[in-house]
Amino acid sequence: MFSIRAKKRRDGFVLDVDIEVSAPGVVALFGRSGCGKTTLVNVIAGLLAADEAHIVIDGWALDKNGKSLLAEHRGIGYVFQDARLFPHFDVMGNLRYGEKRAKSHRDAPRITLEVVAPLLGLEPLLTRRVHQLSGGERQRVALGRALLTNPRLLILDEPLASLDAARREEVLPYLEKLRDELAIPMIYVSHQFEEVLRLATHVVLMEKGKVLSQGSLDELSLHPELRAIVGPEAVGAVIHGLVESVDGGTGLANIRVGNNVLRIHLREARAGAHIRAQLLARDIILATTRPDNLSVRNIMTGTIARIVPDDENTQLVYVDIGGASILSRVTGAASVALGLRAGLQVWALVKSVSIRGHAFVEAAPRQQPAL
Amino acid sequence: MMLTAAEVDAVRLSLSIALRSVLFSLPLAILVAWLLTRRKFRGGLLLDAFVHLPLVLPPVVVGYLLLLLFGMRGPIGGWLYANFGIQLVFTSAGAALATAVMSFPLMVRAIRISLEGVDAGLEDAARTLGAGALDRFFTVTLPLMLPGILAGAVTAFSAGLGEFGAVITFVSNIPGETRTLPLALYTALQTPGGDAVAARLAAVSFSLGLIGLLAAEFIARRVRRMLGR
Repeated sequence: MFSIRAKKRRDGFVLDVDIEVSAPGVVALFGRSGCGKTTLVNVIAGLLAADEAHIVIDGWALDKNGKSLLAEHRGIGYVFQDARLFPHFDVMGNLRYGEKRAKSHRDAPRITLEVVAPLLGLEPLLTRRVHQLSGGERQRVALGRALLTNPRLLILDEPLASLDAARREEVLPYLEKLRDELAIPMIYVSHQFEEVLRLATHVVLMEKGKVLSQGSLDELSLHPELRAIVGPEAVGAVIHGLVESVDGGTGLANIRVGNNVLRIHLREARAGAHIRAQLLARDIILATTRPDNLSVRNIMTGTIARIVPDDENTQLVYVDIGGASILSRVTGAASVALGLRAGLQVWALVKSVSIRGHAFVEAAPRQQPAL
Repeated sequence: MMLTAAEVDAVRLSLSIALRSVLFSLPLAILVAWLLTRRKFRGGLLLDAFVHLPLVLPPVVVGYLLLLLFGMRGPIGGWLYANFGIQLVFTSAGAALATAVMSFPLMVRAIRISLEGVDAGLEDAARTLGAGALDRFFTVTLPLMLPGILAGAVTAFSAGLGEFGAVITFVSNIPGETRTLPLALYTALQTPGGDAVAARLAAVSFSLGLIGLLAAEFIARRVRRMLGR
């Protein structure tokens, strides 16, 4: 789908990345503030000159004969953290600004106002002035404006960072809709793991200008470096599962994960749907014998793959539950008392209510574009 | 208060010269302000100082330099006359040029301040939307700096009505051609019994100046509202 190789040196900071993404979807650039995410996307968009860059999107190279294309010719949509709507136009004027300069370079039909307005809920806003919009509305208009340029790639640079939690919740569903309904590859910059969990199909973990690791969310959720970036509380394996059935009475969904079935409260779940959930390491209880008479709904069997030190008093236990891995944080004392070691069979317990907040409906499988 | 035909002439001439000077210098002032704000280049500091020179030089010196450059035998003046038949010395066009040079720094200043207030991030946004350099200048930068441009133009116009030293040195004091309001006032003061004329012209100057400043403020408010601030 796209490949990015870029080098940029500035004031002692060195950006040096090599990113390869083969499937369409949302690529999350994830890392702490100052790790070079915004520098990288500005290089990709052409707003910042790189010392060296070779970027190819869908077979279209952003440099010709050694000269890199100007930002205005790249066909890359960009949604900035601060929206950057034009104050001297109303909402319609802002949208038209993008539409008028759209290039028809994609094989897919051109994105029109008739598609974008309902998709982003923009109809009631069209005649409003920019200063009459809330933060969330501004971002939706900025999204629409960028989409109407018919971009090959859409860059979203922390579009939710300047919004409060309620506004964020208001915009997130629109982003999910974009991912699921339009076949535009997106680069989503964020330092919020929550957003990444909800939107990303591919994650690039960045640290100090370098790519630390890249891959699917499941793989990266097990990456030891992640702890330093998301904080110890947010460490936990991300798992994929298939909803087998939903109990109408209790609202509990049975979800097949590897050899086990997890029971999770999931509003949006229907049988056959794919879901993604994070099981926080701090919520997973381990037992070395089959537990009985517990209120816990989820008891998974597995074997310990490895144990790594977490902080001075705790350890992180990687448990292979057959087709998936989960993480559990235990105290060193508990680990010694239970005699935890690699290869040992364990039962991993997690309350359904613990997972609930981290369950997300996964995007429907997309068609692969004909190449 | 009735003005004589000669006095009306002087007022009319002042207005026309000030207007022409503004129309002539505005595009150049926008270009210079843009260069000084948005482009970092070698010699930027020198250009900045050069533009501001008329503020610190005695106006007579400016008039004298104009005479050297644009006089009939000056390098530019001679060329203009030989090729286009344009004469600047002793004409109202020359008066407009002298006025433009003198009020240029005021105009650049006002435009620069408003340009500095235009978020360069909006220009970046326009780039990512596919707007080339000229396109984004005319659709984003220029409209957003409009308050400063109008303020600069009105200030320069008002100041231009009263330009004296550079004008009288460069184009002299010819009734009906270069005798603007301040020059007419000066002439009246030099004439025995001209006190009443001088007082009337002073009153006219005073009113025009006041109207100019009020107009500038009024326009600035309207434009700010138009831009949604």
